[in-house]
Amino acid sequence: MDIIVCIKQVPDTTDVKIDPKTGTLVREGVPSIVNPDDKHAVEEALRLKESYGGKVTAISMGPPQAVAALREVYAMGVDETILLSDRAFAGADTWATSYTLATAIKKIGKYDIIFCGLQAIDGDTAQIGPQLAEALGIPQITYVQKLEVQGKKVRAERALENGYMVLETEIPVLLTAIKSLNEPRYPTVGGIVKAHREHQVKIWTAKDIGADPKKIGLQGSPTQVKRSFAPQPKRAAEIIDGKSVQEKVKKLVDRLEERNVVR
Amino acid sequence: MAVKILEDKCIGCQLCVDACPYGAINMVDGKARLNEKCIGCGACIEACKVGAIVGEEGVEKEEKDVSAYSGVGVFIEQRDGEVARVSLQLLGKARELAAQLGSEVYAYLIGNGVGNLTEMLIQKGADKVYIVDDKEFKYYRTLPYTKAMVELIKRTMPEILLYGATYIGRDLAPRVAQRITTGLTADCTELTIDPETRLLQQTRPAFGGNIMATIETPNHRPQMATVRPGIMKEMEADPLRKGEVIPVEVSVDEKDMSVKVVDVVKEERACVNLEEAKIIVSGGRGLGSSEGFEVLRELASFLSAEIGGSRVAVEEGWIPQDHQVGQTGKTVAPELYIACGISGSIQHRAGMSGSKVIVAINTDPDAPIFSIADYGIVEDLYKVVPELIKELKARGLEGCK
Repeated sequence: MDIIVCIKQVPDTTDVKIDPKTGTLVREGVPSIVNPDDKHAVEEALRLKESYGGKVTAISMGPPQAVAALREVYAMGVDETILLSDRAFAGADTWATSYTLATAIKKIGKYDIIFCGLQAIDGDTAQIGPQLAEALGIPQITYVQKLEVQGKKVRAERALENGYMVLETEIPVLLTAIKSLNEPRYPTVGGIVKAHREHQVKIWTAKDIGADPKKIGLQGSPTQVKRSFAPQPKRAAEIIDGKSVQEKVKKLVDRLEERNVVR
Repeated sequence: MAVKILEDKCIGCQLCVDACPYGAINMVDGKARLNEKCIGCGACIEACKVGAIVGEEGVEKEEKDVSAYSGVGVFIEQRDGEVARVSLQLLGKARELAAQLGSEVYAYLIGNGVGNLTEMLIQKGADKVYIVDDKEFKYYRTLPYTKAMVELIKRTMPEILLYGATYIGRDLAPRVAQRITTGLTADCTELTIDPETRLLQQTRPAFGGNIMATIETPNHRPQMATVRPGIMKEMEADPLRKGEVIPVEVSVDEKDMSVKVVDVVKEERACVNLEEAKIIVSGGRGLGSSEGFEVLRELASFLSAEIGGSRVAVEEGWIPQDHQVGQTGKTVAPELYIACGISGSIQHRAGMSGSKVIVAINTDPDAPIFSIADYGIVEDLYKVVPELIKELKARGLEGCK
């Protein structure tokens, strides 16, 4: 079973701080991590390999420093890693990113399952999985919370707001993992040492994968960011005062009635 | 670098045509226009004597004729014949956008045996309901629904197309966007029209709500967005509204049917639908124990509200994970959010700051939750909450629905 896992290096947004003066994001000193959902995808791919044999390849698109994320998943047990890195890829939206990943995956050639995390914590779009599946022309099952593979048959539980669907298909298929799918393993010490001493992350450029320059990076992106800004200035609470709890609550209910949220 | 010709400044002198090394400028109606050979070298910018050509960092796009597209479309999500509330909210928003653009609202309804829903969609804002009704569409499945949407887009050519940012909308919309090559902006919380360019301004949070970005799709149509449930306002049903219902046949082939639905399981946690809740009563560390949620439940049941929890409350095991509000939990935007004993970390705030009215009850006057609340009470929640229930009862008040 040959599995390709798409991963992304992201800033740890739980560690993001806001500059109190400018109201903008302080990116300096924010650690980069492997996107959490992607680790669940890696874990599931490794489990499939352990059951059925085969090979797990991790692929990522990003700046040169994203090799660190690929080394981390190598240390978890991935066999091969590829970084798509080229200034021409910069500024890609999800359409262009999916085209780029698809072009690289076609170059890899053989695969049975493509795995992605549901979404990345920096963008939260959840679009790459479905867009990549479409670019490759294979079916997709997103929000996978449980997976069984037998021979060519894939059976997955796909989460919904109020339950789940049980879906069945055959490989090749693209799956996106959510957190309840599994518990990702930690890299082994031996794996970490090997990842840093021996492992070579392959670096592929736009030319290497034969990408159409019109379909990559900013130029290939149908969307463009017009502006970014800090969220609206915070509303400062009216601290309701009063002599007693009763009095405060009465005033609060007055306000809620005025705002028409209780009727 | 991208080069842009400002048509209102161009005097048609053709100096740029001569200056271009790539033959990338033609004259159209007496004005210079770039063709696809442009590589953005900028030679024309220097040649132009009237400042009609400018370089823009990073925006290198082919101009496409998108004028044939008009109308605002909404994908109507339904399960078992029940329309998702977000779809109705989007019809309300679509009405507003269509009024600004002087165009119509199209509802795209896909399913099996869903013809009875069309009248309601018209009353809720649709001018035309396009309905694909066949047994292949009984359950949502990515590929048949993608095919149907692509067919509907081809047929109706909407300028804008909105989907709910739901477990289904977020599966379908990107697949459609990739197939027809258009832009898609995820999980928008604000949609407006730029009065000059008529482009849809799609605003969404990123970095866990720490930053907002406004995104455009200038040269591709439809301009597509998924929209966060609970933010746009549904319009009151108008029984006098008239509209048209247009059946559309879509044929699916075997390849589209490659994913089979074996079962659809509804879970009891169905009642935890925080994203669509009108009122949420939420608890955090200040509760001190799982019993604290009993007090909150009493208030919640009185207000017909849902129960939310902070990460701490979930990690302590006081409340199941599907109640978690915040960056690693759910993002909610109810009419009323009552935060009890929640200090309000940035991750929690990212998940609830879109709420219309926020009430914070906390003993610590310096808790960050007060910085985004509308009303704060610095008191022990165990004193405030029972009193609040009493007061609401005494006045005969109920939660908004």
